[in-house]
Amino acid sequence: MTELSNRIKQTIEGEPVVAFIKGTPEQAMCGNSDRAMNALRGVGASFAAVDILPDPAIRQELSALSSWPTIPQVFVGGELVGGADIVEELALSGELEAKLDEKLGDSWRQGGEERTVSVTDRENPLRLVP
Amino acid sequence: MSQRLQDLLEDAFPDARGVEIVDRTGGGDHFHVTVVSPRFSGLSLVDQHRLVYAALADPLADGTIHELRITTRGDS
Repeated sequence: MTELSNRIKQTIEGEPVVAFIKGTPEQAMCGNSDRAMNALRGVGASFAAVDILPDPAIRQELSALSSWPTIPQVFVGGELVGGADIVEELALSGELEAKLDEKLGDSWRQGGEERTVSVTDRENPLRLVP
Repeated sequence: MSQRLQDLLEDAFPDARGVEIVDRTGGGDHFHVTVVSPRFSGLSLVDQHRLVYAALADPLADGTIHELRITTRGDS
């Protein structure tokens, strides 16, 4: 496994909610990334975001790990919940909150905080959640 | 192009009760596909969509499909 692949895996497993997107929470470069983040915002979930655009290898390694070909990809508690269509559908049906509850207990309800994490920045390694 | 996607999905889901392709922009590269098939029953949405991605792997890989929205139903 490459170092990049390891860091992606650590991010998926270490972040309670993480969205791999094109762009940033402040400026998504793709409508579907925006749709996925808006679904998370709609239920008040805090999430971390990883921009896949800086290096094409991020998307390759991510899709190899997740068996999911497209961006965005949203993970909750280490599990792929889906892309924009599924996350939006689950948010509408109430199942997204149920999934967050199931995986994370009540902790995800505190905040609505959004932050960007990098899987390529060696100077600023990921903070791993114990 | 819509017909190619229709054919690929009907081949992959021969028991489908419905396959619908919408060219969202009219440009032949942004599609919304809907597949209703008993094959989805009991599968998570993630696994349902994976089956659709697999059926459309070629047009996804060669760049024909620039953007794909998917709706799946196990029952109509």
